[in-house]
Amino acid sequence: MKSGSNLEKVLAAGHFSVTAECGPPRGADPEVVRKKAAYVKGNVDACNVTDNQTSVVRMSSLAGCLLIKEEGIEPLIQMVVRDRNRIALQSDLLGASAMGVRNILCLSGDHQKFGDDPQAKNVFDIDSMQFIHLVKSMRDEGTFPSGKKLDGAPKFFIGCAVNPFADPFEIRVPRLKLKVEAGADFVQTQCIYNMKKFKEYLELAKKQGLHEKVKILAGVTPLKSAGMAKFMKKMVAGMDIPDEVINRIAAEPKEKQAEKGIEMCIELIQELKEMEGIAGVHVMAIEWEEKLHEIIGGAGLLPRPVVE
Amino acid sequence: MITGTPKPIEEILEMLEPYDNIILAGCHGCVTVCRVGGEKEVQVLASTLRLAREAAGRKIAITEISLERQCDPEYVEKLRPYVSDHQAVLSIACGAGIQFLAEKYAITPVLPGINTGFLGVTERQGEWAERCQGCGDCVLHLTGGICPVTRCAKSLFHGPCGGSSQGICEVGKDVKCGWQLIIDRLKALNQLENYGKLKPYKGWHTSRDGGPRRILREDMI
Repeated sequence: MKSGSNLEKVLAAGHFSVTAECGPPRGADPEVVRKKAAYVKGNVDACNVTDNQTSVVRMSSLAGCLLIKEEGIEPLIQMVVRDRNRIALQSDLLGASAMGVRNILCLSGDHQKFGDDPQAKNVFDIDSMQFIHLVKSMRDEGTFPSGKKLDGAPKFFIGCAVNPFADPFEIRVPRLKLKVEAGADFVQTQCIYNMKKFKEYLELAKKQGLHEKVKILAGVTPLKSAGMAKFMKKMVAGMDIPDEVINRIAAEPKEKQAEKGIEMCIELIQELKEMEGIAGVHVMAIEWEEKLHEIIGGAGLLPRPVVE
Repeated sequence: MITGTPKPIEEILEMLEPYDNIILAGCHGCVTVCRVGGEKEVQVLASTLRLAREAAGRKIAITEISLERQCDPEYVEKLRPYVSDHQAVLSIACGAGIQFLAEKYAITPVLPGINTGFLGVTERQGEWAERCQGCGDCVLHLTGGICPVTRCAKSLFHGPCGGSSQGICEVGKDVKCGWQLIIDRLKALNQLENYGKLKPYKGWHTSRDGGPRRILREDMI
């Protein structure tokens, strides 16, 4: 075991894993996190806590991780390199590990332009690829990048993100390969709606044997309405939602669209479950955590395995 | 070249509020090429300021001078005979030139008439674009001659990120994805194998992060 995290154990035991995500609140109220945690608990092997996603200021990911951990959920800390230089990243890695966080997702982070503080200075001292390498070398070599010895190495199951739907398509698998070489143990993908393109991506990854080197967790997000689908397609860079998906949910009357969205999400998970090379699913029910049980249960993935 | 944009006239008038007699100093260097701080711009700005101040009922005397370069001591010296007869100098050179004047004329206020931009190129008449951040450690040989530090909005060394769509960066529809450009060019050069290597963490100490920089050429001193 590299980290001894529950997620790592579940995957090592050959189970199809389930992760979800919790977005921390835009304020200091811990009850918001606890309330979301109650919806997550029992439904996942680990839960991501996002790090100021879309550059909108929220409670820190580490604080969110500790709050859900208190509620009995295994946290997966997301860390972006947008806001922290290598000094702060290393320090936060040590702090998170000391507090028992055993999973990490290494990200670049959305550009600050999208948030409330578009005039902020960004950092990007190292990029997400180098960050993966940094975590791995601290964990496995027990040293800082400077070469100095750590007084206790941080233990992390190291994750990265990929967007198979961004351009240029031809570089997407080579980029995943680089992330694997840098030290990623698992990868969570951008939300999948375009299954055809995703399959194409997966085939290319499998040709390189990447599915055997890294655990691929397929990302899904249930659509709440046709409006949400159209908004995401238009506003989120690199989000690929085919028209047939939008038409399918739009064909329902407004009050039934949410239900349809969940049905479609469950179908998608069931299809992913059967695909060779997919080790699990990452359910991003954005501000809809109360539906996690229904979705994950509906996909036949409950109860979650207990691995000692 | 170093590019720049004129400051809003209102901002300049506010800066000049305490003064009735100033030098307006242009520069024949980069700012002439990008049409923001040359002899012609000195004339236009001087007229505009005079008219505005006259309309406000408080005339201003402006001596128009353009130096060969405001970033070289020998040319900056040429201003000396005039400085003591004026209350302030308004410079429309780049930030380096403005500061050099301030340094050489310690008791005369030196005011900026332009906002200095970036190291860039003229893409077409009237349009300039950034190409270099002067980070002090060039990697253009590895990236097809396109700079990831400057052209990628996140200065990624292993892009493109998930926000690259149809050649466009997530920060704006007018911004090309630097990494799409790099990949295209590496392909054209048959050097795509350069992509597949993990690059060492960049040392930013050669950039501004090491503090104000200085180049010392012993052979020239």
